[in-house]
Amino acid sequence: MSLFDDKVKKQLTELFSKLKNNVSVVYFTQEIECSLCADNHAFLEEITGLSDKLSLTVYDFQKEKELADRYQVDKIPATVLLDSDKNDTGIKFYGIPAGYEINSFVKALTEVSGDREELPAEIHSRIAQIDKDVHLQVFVTLTCPYCPGAVMVAHRLALENKRIKADMVESSAFQHLALKYDISSVPKTIINEKHEIMGAQPIDAFLDEIEKL
Amino acid sequence: MEFNLNLSNLSSEHQSVPLDTDMIYDVLIVGGGPAALTAAVYCMRKGVSTGLITESFGGQVAETSTVENYMGYRHIEGIELVHKFTDQVKQFQIGFVEGVKAQSVADGTIKRVTLENGDVYQAKSLIITTGTSWRKLNVPGEKELVGRGVAYCAICDAPLYAGKEVVVVGGGNTGVESSIDLAKIAKRVTLLQNLDTLTADEVLIKSITSFSNVDILYEHEVTEILGENAVEAITIRNRTTGEERKLEVQGIFIEIGLVSNSDLVSDLLDLNRYGEIVVDCACRTNVPGIFAAGDATSVPYKQIIIAAGEGAKAALSACEYVLRN
Repeated sequence: MSLFDDKVKKQLTELFSKLKNNVSVVYFTQEIECSLCADNHAFLEEITGLSDKLSLTVYDFQKEKELADRYQVDKIPATVLLDSDKNDTGIKFYGIPAGYEINSFVKALTEVSGDREELPAEIHSRIAQIDKDVHLQVFVTLTCPYCPGAVMVAHRLALENKRIKADMVESSAFQHLALKYDISSVPKTIINEKHEIMGAQPIDAFLDEIEKL
Repeated sequence: MEFNLNLSNLSSEHQSVPLDTDMIYDVLIVGGGPAALTAAVYCMRKGVSTGLITESFGGQVAETSTVENYMGYRHIEGIELVHKFTDQVKQFQIGFVEGVKAQSVADGTIKRVTLENGDVYQAKSLIITTGTSWRKLNVPGEKELVGRGVAYCAICDAPLYAGKEVVVVGGGNTGVESSIDLAKIAKRVTLLQNLDTLTADEVLIKSITSFSNVDILYEHEVTEILGENAVEAITIRNRTTGEERKLEVQGIFIEIGLVSNSDLVSDLLDLNRYGEIVVDCACRTNVPGIFAAGDATSVPYKQIIIAAGEGAKAALSACEYVLRN
């Protein structure tokens, strides 16, 4: 049975028909999948099946530990996006990007594929000047309409600068992390496991915090 | 698995430009909800130089899960409606500033809007469409624990309280709806109402009373919110007996209504006793050249379609004012 209803399937197929370059979707799970990993797997199978430009490769987190480490994947289910040259874009999704997060997922695919909105020159140069490692973890819930805003900004930053890595982290799938970082309102972005940004702030607010590091 | 796909996110036909502090615009709009966005479309179509200053787009509509009374859409998600509005505005070369709050307004032949970051923008006329904000309880602990157990939006944050004990303050539609959403996920929901009845619609009252994990406490109010790094408990007071007791909860959702965001004009414009900007039916305020529309004003009913209509009127009034002066 299809996960997407006909209307959504049609919209996605049409959208993906405009994709420029290939995008490789890499999925880390385990051999005996828990229901979350299995659902995530089914979601990725179905969505990548809607376009020839989207490919899906599935790995076992434990068996392919070296690969997981290379992509800095430390938990599952994890989805990593690679560009057409199979380079790591720094964009990850931990948990299924369903609910409102389907928008973040689709946007990430189109941006990695080459369709990006132009950034103002000032923002562009600020991003280029970041020369330290930055890890952004954007905690979301799937019913929060504001969350994709934060996820999209974080992912765009990762796409523009190799030193920046950005993860969407679905709070209910990773409750121990939500607890660790005191997530009681979303979206909440954790920077380098220590600092935080509350809410769906615009890109320059993210840059303000990153520049302070 | 549910998917809330919204394709206007990916549209690259946005023409908008940054706002210029050196320019004197014909009209500056302060706000980003339905009143502001409708005013923007009307102004741009009239061909007057227009700018828009807002902290964020959508206003309350963005926090509404379903809208069924905006004409043309039998059923649409709040955030999707917001995207349709913003898309319609961004097709024009409108100047705008997003993410910063407007702090004060100064009158004169040229009106000035000062933002929190110090930037000042100028225009011949202004349209104030700043909407409303959630009313606060104003009890100790509330401000300190916002985002750490004190919340105003159940739609966004409810899933984070799965299996926990929560309180909802407010017996109107918003409070009862939030309680229903939370009852499905949380361990226990205590709904506090300061009156002896709930003021929500019958249909909602019927629904909330069917949940076995919901307690409704009438004539109760919150006196304090307690917790070190997160909400741990609240103290409540029975308004009839005066008795106080402690409730151990991990979350408190404050849904007691809305107040007009009229601070930025409170020393300049006439406000009614609710703090709303007083407007006539042409959206004029007591200051010539300054107009207002939507929930921030004295318009008797606060609805999306009314705000949009008021925004259009304010725009037309502003355009006429600019033409005549």
